Amino acid sequence: MTAAVTTTVTTTVAVADADAYLARRRRQRARVRALRTAGFHGSMSVISLLWFAPVLIVLLLSIRTFDDVATNGIAAFPTTFSFQTYVDAWTGGGLGRGLGNSLIVSIPTVILSLLLSAFAAFALSRYRVPFRRVILLVMLGGNLLPVQMLLIPVRQLTEQLGVFDTLTAVIAIQTAFGIGFYTFVLYGFMRSLPTELQDAASLDGAGPLRFFFQVVLPLTRPALAALGALAFTWNFNDLLWSITLLQSESLLPVTAAVNSLKGIYVSSWSVIAAGTVIAAIPSVVVFLIFQRSFIGGLALGSVK
Amino acid sequence: MTSLALKARRRRVGSPPPIVLILVLVPLLIEGFGVIWPAIQGIGLSFLRWNGYSEAIPVGPQNYIDLWSDKVFLGAFRNTAIWTLLFGVLSFLGGLLMALALQSERRGVGLYRTALFLPIVFSLVVTALTWSAFFQPHGVFDGLLDFVGLGDLKRVWLGDPSTALYAVIVAALWRQIGYVMVLFIAGLKAIDPSILEAARVDGANSWQRFWSVTFPQLRNVNLVIVSTLVIDSLRSFDVVYAMTKGGPFHSTELLSTYMFTTAITSRQLGYGSAIAVIIFLLALGVIVSYLIRALSEERES
Repeated sequence: MTAAVTTTVTTTVAVADADAYLARRRRQRARVRALRTAGFHGSMSVISLLWFAPVLIVLLLSIRTFDDVATNGIAAFPTTFSFQTYVDAWTGGGLGRGLGNSLIVSIPTVILSLLLSAFAAFALSRYRVPFRRVILLVMLGGNLLPVQMLLIPVRQLTEQLGVFDTLTAVIAIQTAFGIGFYTFVLYGFMRSLPTELQDAASLDGAGPLRFFFQVVLPLTRPALAALGALAFTWNFNDLLWSITLLQSESLLPVTAAVNSLKGIYVSSWSVIAAGTVIAAIPSVVVFLIFQRSFIGGLALGSVK
Repeated sequence: MTSLALKARRRRVGSPPPIVLILVLVPLLIEGFGVIWPAIQGIGLSFLRWNGYSEAIPVGPQNYIDLWSDKVFLGAFRNTAIWTLLFGVLSFLGGLLMALALQSERRGVGLYRTALFLPIVFSLVVTALTWSAFFQPHGVFDGLLDFVGLGDLKRVWLGDPSTALYAVIVAALWRQIGYVMVLFIAGLKAIDPSILEAARVDGANSWQRFWSVTFPQLRNVNLVIVSTLVIDSLRSFDVVYAMTKGGPFHSTELLSTYMFTTAITSRQLGYGSAIAVIIFLLALGVIVSYLIRALSEERES
């Protein structure tokens, strides 16, 4: 379109005029582009700030005293400064213990479920296991089930096995529930590794286990890092399983502990905010360390 | 050399060594024992009247019949529908819009993406408490309304049955939109740029390029995102539980929260299981279509 216009113009008017015209068009286009860029950054800055604001407000709220919040409101800028809120949340609210419980559950769960899934994915992707497709579908299907279907039977099961109200029960169910999805994702990843690897390993006389640990597992590291970061936040952030399977207050993870702050420090919003910050820190740290794999991990298994 | 290679190849085609079968059987049995078997038991439980201690009484489909005259259940059903629709549609559109704006790598994009994406890292409980503080009387929301001169609209957002559900949805959206954006960005990156270039050369404007080229190319991603959103909506529990516990007057009660209170708090195991089965049936269509897609993808390669 524009190209057509410029060619007609150049053929009908003098060359000098045409040059001036082209320069003018170029300047105009540059101005439009600059305006567009400014518009883009302007609107995106506003949206980003809006999105980030809640985090900032909670951080500011968490260092204010009760009286300050009570008189000036939740939204006011801090006029007082105190870390007592964090001390209250940590000890009085039991968040310190909760954080410990969460880590005791999350870390073994991530390691166990990823290792088991890697085993299954390895066997399914590198060998002609009978009913391979059925097994994969059953495993993935299990992970898609609404958790509500499992709450009552799993609670009964833990009572029968004598592990009700123990962290072991939470680790076991989180592991069992995660396996399906992780296997599916790792299966997709391992399948894309070249088949020649296997021939080379067989020539060396390596058995399946050595082949797995020395060749396949190291090559799967990127997918494992992504899934690991993701699995950690999922397990760490869980609330439903722990309030279903645990009764003792001393065993509650940080999510449940921070939720009960509302009952202990009624309308002490600065203490609740401090608790919220404490409860958020571990997953934020994991996110910052593994940011790239984390975002990649979310897209894994959904887009191929 | 060739005979060795042949032998190796033959082994892969034949039946796998026993150790490989063990590697797949152990995880499969763990999931079967911890997930699949309990789910099947759950269906059986829904035909009982049982509190977990005394003798279970088989009541046939009575629990399901009772559900349809249970006002709280019907309200929870309606709220779940509103939730799925509002939460689903808004996070789909919001995520898509943000992905389109932030898909190309240019200066500042990383920062914007991180800001939008950060909330996904927080647990739903953290999200819920954050927004609970904002929706309090004299909270951030009221302050904002005062600031723009709409102070008359102020109310106890989480205590008013007509606004509580929407207030909770706002909190859930804050956390979900960034997630949907990431999925869409990955999908957009997978589109062959030469197709878009061809459309540009043919004179398609940016809307035409989006509507006739980009969007149809996202078909698979759309499917995944819609499935995820529906399943997430039906599973949604933490954010409601931590913000309102289903109240006030059951105005934020979802099927998932009602199931929890009947089953775990009041120990009506059969009745609670029936609600769980309803949630499962609502998710079933999406689960099946997701599995079919996974299967066909598996076949292709």
